[in-house]
Amino acid sequence: MEDNRLTAVTRLAAERWRFSLGLTAAMMVIYFGFILLIAYNKPLLGTLIAPGLSLGILLGALVIVAAWVLIYLYIRWTNNYFDRQIAQIRADQQFEQPSDS
Amino acid sequence: MNTTPNTILGQFNPTAVLFFFVFIAISLGVTFWAAKNTKSAAHYYAAGGQISGFQNGLALAGDYMSAASFLGIAGLVALNGFDGLIYSIGFLVGWPIVMFLIAEPLRNLGTYTFTDVVAYRLQQKPVRVASAIGTLAVVSFYLIAQMVGAGNLIKLLFGMDYQLAVLIVGGVMLSYVIFGGMIATTWVQIIKAVLLLGGTVILALLVLSKFGMSPTTLFAAAADKYGAGVLAPGKQVSNPLDAISLGLSLMLGTAGLPHILMRFYTVPNAKAARSSVMYATVFIGFFYLLTFILGFGAMTLVGQDAIKGIDKGGNMAAPMLAEVLGGNAFLGFIAAVSFATILAVVAGLTLSGAAALSHDLWVNVVRHGSADENEQLKVARGATLLLGILSIVLGIVFQGQNVAYMVGLAFAIAASANFPALLMSMLWRQFTTKGAVTSMLVGTLSSLVLIYFSPTIQIDLLKHEAALFPLKNPGLVSIPLAFAVGIIVSLMIPEPSAEKKFHEAEHRIHMGELME
Repeated sequence: MEDNRLTAVTRLAAERWRFSLGLTAAMMVIYFGFILLIAYNKPLLGTLIAPGLSLGILLGALVIVAAWVLIYLYIRWTNNYFDRQIAQIRADQQFEQPSDS
Repeated sequence: MNTTPNTILGQFNPTAVLFFFVFIAISLGVTFWAAKNTKSAAHYYAAGGQISGFQNGLALAGDYMSAASFLGIAGLVALNGFDGLIYSIGFLVGWPIVMFLIAEPLRNLGTYTFTDVVAYRLQQKPVRVASAIGTLAVVSFYLIAQMVGAGNLIKLLFGMDYQLAVLIVGGVMLSYVIFGGMIATTWVQIIKAVLLLGGTVILALLVLSKFGMSPTTLFAAAADKYGAGVLAPGKQVSNPLDAISLGLSLMLGTAGLPHILMRFYTVPNAKAARSSVMYATVFIGFFYLLTFILGFGAMTLVGQDAIKGIDKGGNMAAPMLAEVLGGNAFLGFIAAVSFATILAVVAGLTLSGAAALSHDLWVNVVRHGSADENEQLKVARGATLLLGILSIVLGIVFQGQNVAYMVGLAFAIAASANFPALLMSMLWRQFTTKGAVTSMLVGTLSSLVLIYFSPTIQIDLLKHEAALFPLKNPGLVSIPLAFAVGIIVSLMIPEPSAEKKFHEAEHRIHMGELME
């Protein structure tokens, strides 16, 4: 039974890290995309898309919004999926324990 | 004359002093109450794990939104326009990384410091010594930035002597931390976060009311006055590699700052750690979006020449804006909030440095992990006193250093010394003691050495003709180097006992409980 539980935790752990590292990569791509635009295409970011609003300022604000969105995705996944899987693993063990001892 | 600043900054300001004393009185009251509830090391370092997710989110925001953010970024935007915003954004994007990779595992696997996590399945002593070196390097650089900022600020805001100001900040902070520990520190940070967010919102609303409540009208007015260039990247980012290096340090450094990581032990469980990062990111992101408005507002309403006339670095842009919009009383309020901001950050930093000295070095290395509660508390308070005195000395010695730059360096050291080892210890089965120790030491040393050979030290400070290392921020080299060293050393000299304990650590990281 201990082995069952260990494999279940390991499988869930791998799933969690995959999801977390994927979101981390997404944040890095967004942020460094912004930085690279600043570094290599300054005129583009100076383009005005409305009076007073340059593309650079809009994209900068959107990077902050993107951080919020990614965090929302993470919270939704952990609350709805990860936490339930953890609870399931705990419940399975309690169910098996009496016969074990 | 238009350019002569019409301000009472730099003179004795009774309103500011009054607000300041109200804040000190309230926070010392909190400290008195906290001191009565601080009975064990768990209370002292982690507030007994009794802080809620929402409270910790506010405290994290209070710990993170330093004077460098509030005064420094508003000033940078006021003087340079768009280029200043790069800092605003860089300081925020580290938080998702903390959320995805660090917060919950840290809460589940450690007790007081992030080193508890790195050392969990490795040999305690070498890991704790190496990590204490990295932690103290980060804390020292960060403290220099805060104390220097405090000294200058108070000199300008209250018309007080620089050294006296540094002494007052050090003394008041010490009384919070020594007597009230993490409970007092947390509440000081919460109060400060509420005051700072409130003050920023009022200031931003006052600015927007002059422009029909429309940020784009404000930006357009700024462009009319100082040219369309203020809305686009400018001369501050001349070297692309410099921008990437600074960006990398800001992003990964947040996840390696010891005083931020320590806050996750103040909540009862991993779920509360998760919600605290969510609240913190909402507050901090909102605050940084408002710095767009404060910066351009100061540029337009106060004027660049007036700001430069008071302080060349532009650090007084936000207080001057408050004076223009809300008169003397509002200036006094913003000045007191700025002071509170520095106090709260310095308190958090000192506590995390003290935890490295007493919990990591004294209890776990000198005492082999067996010291009674009484001794732990005594050593923790002694270490706090030591660091408090150190911070006062550093503040006086390093007078005149650029505050935002020093904070950037503290982030670079944190990202190189702490983050790689912390991440690999949780993720990678074959990570070893020798890998962790070399990664942390190489990360600390390489970032310090590269800072020394950077253009800022060699050309600007020592007046040499050229610098050996071309970048201002070492992150682009030192962070990958720390990862590479950790990986290579771990692969060359395996440690079977650490590999065997990986299951146990993994179980605790995700399940949040001991393996039966």
